[in-house]
Amino acid sequence: MKADIRRWALAGVAALALSLGAAPAVDAKTFKWANAGDVSSMDPYYRNETFLLAFLENIYEPLMRRDESLGLEPALAMKWGQISPTTWFFDLRSGVKFHDGSPFTAADVVFSLNRASSGGSNMKGYFTSVKAIRKVNDLRVEVDTAYPDPLLASKWAQILIMSKAWAEKNNATVAADATKNEETFATRNAMGTGPFMLKERRAGEKTILVPNPSWWDKPKHNLTEVIFTPVTNPATRVAALKAGDIDMMYEVPPQDTDNLKKDPNIKVIEGPETRIVYLGFDHERKELLESNIKGKNPFQDKRVREAFYRSIDVEAIKRTVMRGQSFPTALMVAPGINGYVKDLDKRPSLLKPEEAKKLLAEAGYPNGFEVGMDCPNDRYVNDEKICQAVVAMLARIGVKVNLLAQTRSKYFTKILRKADFGPGDTSFYMLGWSPAATYDVHNVFESLLQTPNKDTKKGSFNVSGYSNKKLDELADKMEGESDKAKRDAMIREATKLYTEDYAYIPLHQQAVIWAARKNITLHQPADNRFPLRFVQVK
Amino acid sequence: MLIFILRRLAQSVAVLLAVGLVAFTLFRYVGDPINAMVGQDTSIQEREELRERLGLNDPAPVQFAHFIINSVQGKFGLSYRTSEPVGRMILERLPATMELAFVAALFSLCVGVPMGVWTGLYPRHWSSRVLQAASLIGVSLPTFLIGILLILVFAVILGVLPSFGRGDTVAFGWWTSGFFTFSGLKALILPSITLGLFQLTLIMRLVRSEMLEVMRTDYIKFARARGLTNRAVNFGHALKNTLVPVITIAGLQLGGIIAFAIVTETVFSWPGMGQLFVQSVQFADIPVMAAYLLLVAFFFVAINLAVDLLYYAVDPRLRGGMATQAARGH
Repeated sequence: MKADIRRWALAGVAALALSLGAAPAVDAKTFKWANAGDVSSMDPYYRNETFLLAFLENIYEPLMRRDESLGLEPALAMKWGQISPTTWFFDLRSGVKFHDGSPFTAADVVFSLNRASSGGSNMKGYFTSVKAIRKVNDLRVEVDTAYPDPLLASKWAQILIMSKAWAEKNNATVAADATKNEETFATRNAMGTGPFMLKERRAGEKTILVPNPSWWDKPKHNLTEVIFTPVTNPATRVAALKAGDIDMMYEVPPQDTDNLKKDPNIKVIEGPETRIVYLGFDHERKELLESNIKGKNPFQDKRVREAFYRSIDVEAIKRTVMRGQSFPTALMVAPGINGYVKDLDKRPSLLKPEEAKKLLAEAGYPNGFEVGMDCPNDRYVNDEKICQAVVAMLARIGVKVNLLAQTRSKYFTKILRKADFGPGDTSFYMLGWSPAATYDVHNVFESLLQTPNKDTKKGSFNVSGYSNKKLDELADKMEGESDKAKRDAMIREATKLYTEDYAYIPLHQQAVIWAARKNITLHQPADNRFPLRFVQVK
Repeated sequence: MLIFILRRLAQSVAVLLAVGLVAFTLFRYVGDPINAMVGQDTSIQEREELRERLGLNDPAPVQFAHFIINSVQGKFGLSYRTSEPVGRMILERLPATMELAFVAALFSLCVGVPMGVWTGLYPRHWSSRVLQAASLIGVSLPTFLIGILLILVFAVILGVLPSFGRGDTVAFGWWTSGFFTFSGLKALILPSITLGLFQLTLIMRLVRSEMLEVMRTDYIKFARARGLTNRAVNFGHALKNTLVPVITIAGLQLGGIIAFAIVTETVFSWPGMGQLFVQSVQFADIPVMAAYLLLVAFFFVAINLAVDLLYYAVDPRLRGGMATQAARGH
């Protein structure tokens, strides 16, 4: 018995000594980074969500990828285009290999596109126009669409290509579905063609990537290993960066930015994000849900909307609430998105409280009125504080706003349109939108500005119920228009329509804030994606 | 004896069911998981379909019944957040929480008992007063603040210990252990101090008051009169008699340590069950929350049951009572 214990103790000591000795010499090219949340899956069709797609783009690749300024550049496809208005072709890159060494062909593309458009996939929205996908030969795929869809290539920059043979071997041919009681292999494993390979995946703990030695492109990074860890607590994340336990943190808490900027070993990288944060009115109901005005809806009067719009001082919000980290805007799209009209991005001047009150009086509300407002408190940067500032600014023109700020899951349930396309339960609300699906303004018109319609599914996020016949027509026409000059003219006209109508109150683009150790160089695109292929460790 | 155990078991099952029902009623108010599950572009119809397929439109009692029936069969379903099997997710996180709780409990005992003995033996010594005052801080400072302060001092300023995570682990089957690597052991230090500090002060104060009590008893005076060494009196006779309540409390607190690990795990990004629970709350991930709450309730119930049975073994009066009852029955 005693000998036994001694033997175990010895084994323990030996194990300890071994692990001490085996601790690798500090390798300068290991890159450790952290985010508040983990990647929810290794399956590229599991969520249509920026962080998941951005992370998996290091392992998997799309046919066309976004370059440093968000334009499209060849990745797995060398060339693409429309043969006819309703037929697209994609000529694939030859000689590309998956991480297991198997060759990449058109069969993988067809398989991936089918997988992304069926089962539990969350990417089905990118396939609404698609009628048929066919392999022409090993290096060419053609796609028929039901109607002209000039944005198809842009949409499919989100669709990452998986290995068909691997998925079939591991019984992962269908995207994971939370409602089924079985897991798919692709949730924890990955097989792509990208610059990095998945070495180890421990969900919620760490995910380790290593470079793909046989990548088709010339690497711009110098990494030998990447370790990603979710660190939920913002203070811990900041401490870990300061202590050098991580090299980079994604999503810096705004209150810590100043503190981090003072640290000589750390640099803060910030830029405008493509998401626009805006306020919306209920244009739709005859009588507001949450107001003391009965029998009519004040927001159906343009003068009321104008008084609201021109009483909200976005520069003051930028200065005080956002600590300078916002980019005020007058449009519903950001620079960098196709269809941003620069010369229309001008906010009308602010009104003095008396002037705004006069506008309200003309509309029939000399004593102002009372209205409820909905706001999330954990979705956008400082969301609740922005709403509080808006409440104070509107109080000056005699409007009493009753703010309800709540957690996002409750908030969205309240305000979003119902299953039957009925209006959401809100009168005045805050929302953010980024046309991340297409990087094109049409997505904004279709989702936020067209009249909600159950059959065509247009306006599904037009919570406000804003409706303008002329804008509807323009948006429908621009969807199928392939001539750029004509399309730009339509965009311009439609943009004028909604800004002059004060349909929404656009506030600002929030800043994307990252922080890294001084010895790291990286590239920060405006869509808040973090491509590891540009990371250099000095 | 058998009846006693059976009765306790029946009570335990009732407690578990009650916890489950309360949890399910609460889930109605944590928000809608659908919005966390789909992207911003997902149409309203698709959202509604998903809600229907997940059974979220069923009334709470129906959902609860489904959950209980599946749990009994060992099926906890898939996480709404990651689509991984909930049972495996929890099992993977269990070792991290257990090791942390074990080290924290060990730390609180190994430091708390000697401190309690010292302050009990020399209540007027200046060092005892310092320890007493310090223990007040331990009771009154919130856990997350202690954690952040420790990180600031030992990770950021001194740079000797890691600021987060579990370090390297060694796998034994499904169990992963941080006890066998240098980085794993280093990573355990700060979180276990943070987690164990409250228990430590509790144990120290308990031992101190018990010691003060015992030192006044006749048998201690007698032992001293017999000329026994201080060591024999203090540790052989006095301490031994203070330990019964200490062991009971420490045992009961173990359940608390496991449950309270939530805060410590969040601060140190410790990949245990508590952190999993916090992540799940943010996403309204009902299957994971339900399984976790039930597991923690199970720990509490099991520990309570064990303590009750221990009482039964230790306290002859309980046995006597049962015996007389049984005798009367004849």
